[in-house]
Amino acid sequence: MSFELSDLLSADDPPGDGGYTDGRPRYGFFTDTSVCIGCKACEVACKEWNFVPEDGLNFTGMSYDNTGTLGADTWRHVAFVEQRKPAEKEKETVDLGLPSFSKPGEGPDGQLSEFRWLMSSDVCKHCTHAACLDVCPTGALFRTEFGTVVVQPDICNGCGYCVPACPYGVIDQREEDGRAWKCTLCYDRLGAGMTPACAQACPTQSIQFGELTELQQRADDRLATLHDRGVPEARLYGRDEDDGVGGNGAFFLLLDEPEVYGLPPAPVVTTRDLSSMWKHAGVAAATLLAGLAVSFLGRRR
Amino acid sequence: MAEQQQQRRRRGGGRRGEQSMVPDADFRSYYGLPILNPPRWAAIDIAGYLFLGGLAGASSVLAAGAELTNRPALAMTGKVGALVAISGSAYGLVHDLGRPARFVNMLRVIKPSSPMSVGSWILSAYGPPAGLAAITAVSGRFTGIGKVATITAGLVGPAVAAYTGVLIADTAVPTWHEGFRELPFVFVGSAACAAGGLGMIGAPVAQASPARRAALLGATLDVVATKRMERRMGMVAEPLHTGTPGKLMRAAEILTVTGALVGGVLGRRSRVAAVLGGAALLAGSACTRFGIFHAGVESAKDPKYTVVPQRERLRKAAEAEQHA
Repeated sequence: MSFELSDLLSADDPPGDGGYTDGRPRYGFFTDTSVCIGCKACEVACKEWNFVPEDGLNFTGMSYDNTGTLGADTWRHVAFVEQRKPAEKEKETVDLGLPSFSKPGEGPDGQLSEFRWLMSSDVCKHCTHAACLDVCPTGALFRTEFGTVVVQPDICNGCGYCVPACPYGVIDQREEDGRAWKCTLCYDRLGAGMTPACAQACPTQSIQFGELTELQQRADDRLATLHDRGVPEARLYGRDEDDGVGGNGAFFLLLDEPEVYGLPPAPVVTTRDLSSMWKHAGVAAATLLAGLAVSFLGRRR
Repeated sequence: MAEQQQQRRRRGGGRRGEQSMVPDADFRSYYGLPILNPPRWAAIDIAGYLFLGGLAGASSVLAAGAELTNRPALAMTGKVGALVAISGSAYGLVHDLGRPARFVNMLRVIKPSSPMSVGSWILSAYGPPAGLAAITAVSGRFTGIGKVATITAGLVGPAVAAYTGVLIADTAVPTWHEGFRELPFVFVGSAACAAGGLGMIGAPVAQASPARRAALLGATLDVVATKRMERRMGMVAEPLHTGTPGKLMRAAEILTVTGALVGGVLGRRSRVAAVLGGAALLAGSACTRFGIFHAGVESAKDPKYTVVPQRERLRKAAEAEQHA
């Protein structure tokens, strides 16, 4: 096969990829987890606005997170990680006279506790190179004029191909409904010039919505600030436009390695190798045809 | 709890420095939960389709060859087998849809970036001639049309058998994606085994020599390509060797090799050996498909197979940057 498959995969310039070639801006989320307080207002706002059905009040027994993971009925998911981490001694603290974590009498020098919370509101990444979009056989998944990736529920036939294609484990099939569902980045609200429900509800501006270029600038500044303030573990995730998915429309500032939050450390869009896959399959098909043709040569017995 | 989350790092995974040949199996995760959403496909439908699609595609090639070389019983077996197998495939594929009534949406667009879209069009091109070939053969009418249909199905058949390798490899599922170079070869080898096996069962010994050769060639390709694939995949090959998929893959190898030898060699003289060998080949081909299917699902459920290879890739990239 000699056609250039890469031309048919999601291109580098959403929303141009969706056919909107008039240079309109791409919109997204910057989720700054360093200011997330784990209130789950985003989860609730998302469920309410998008009428996402309840998917069970499940006790995970592992943390303050009984939501678990993103899926067909969870489009925002707040991860809770309770970590033991040595206190940062050089930080100046003010004694507010609050009850301490140690027993009375312990820690005479006003020692900080030895644990920290990592809280992060996860969401669909609205990838530049979106595998779900590439592999969808019906065209139900499409690139919007905002550069986001959205499923059209009236087209989706529930083939489920997007589910294992997503390198982040975001999109999933809704059991009782059969179709695939995920975050739409509030396509309806965006169309009306509104902010997505989760970002609107976030009380700490951990979830920021806006034009992607502006968010990227803001994230770079925030990262520099945190590094200056002695938080070297701060890092951006999904910000790099040269990564395996061409960067994310929804990216993050994290305080530990991505896998600690349940994110893949270096995902690659599966369709990057698709040209090679088709070539291998072409050779394999020719091998089968030739091999079976050869089986008819020679003696009749 | 927090301790548990930390413990997954007890041997210092993720730290740069001393590294053995095998990537450090230690890794960090979010409470051990999977990163990927595992495929929702039912094994009976989709692994069943991988098997039946291969059987149909390769059977049509055998049927076309038999038609052209005047082996009527082998041709009939291939044609009928292909129609039954592709009908079973179509049933499985539609049945597995979340919205079966919308199956025609598969033909709404032509999308080379979606192996499932390409596959839907391949099946649309293959199904009608495969059906015509079988119906004309059984009814004995319109033999001219039947011959054209038989040859058309024989030419499209290999695409049906091979594209399914791309179908499952074009996902984030580690054990499927990492095998993308070899999977189409494993699948066409396995398809040749299945079709050869069916040919041996359905056709008398005197007509079945192409089926026997197909089985021997197919078994060789299947086994060699599988070994090669496992070697290249590294740690993500683990699910192919453990648990249920491990048992299926072992059974697949034994059944395929035994079936090819019994059917392909002893089957030259004995119809009993041909039938036994053919049955083993069919079973072996099914085990290969179910084994690979389940191994992929297992690899998606364990964050290890997502995190460790990606960390390894990052480490290598960092190393390469240091050297540069």
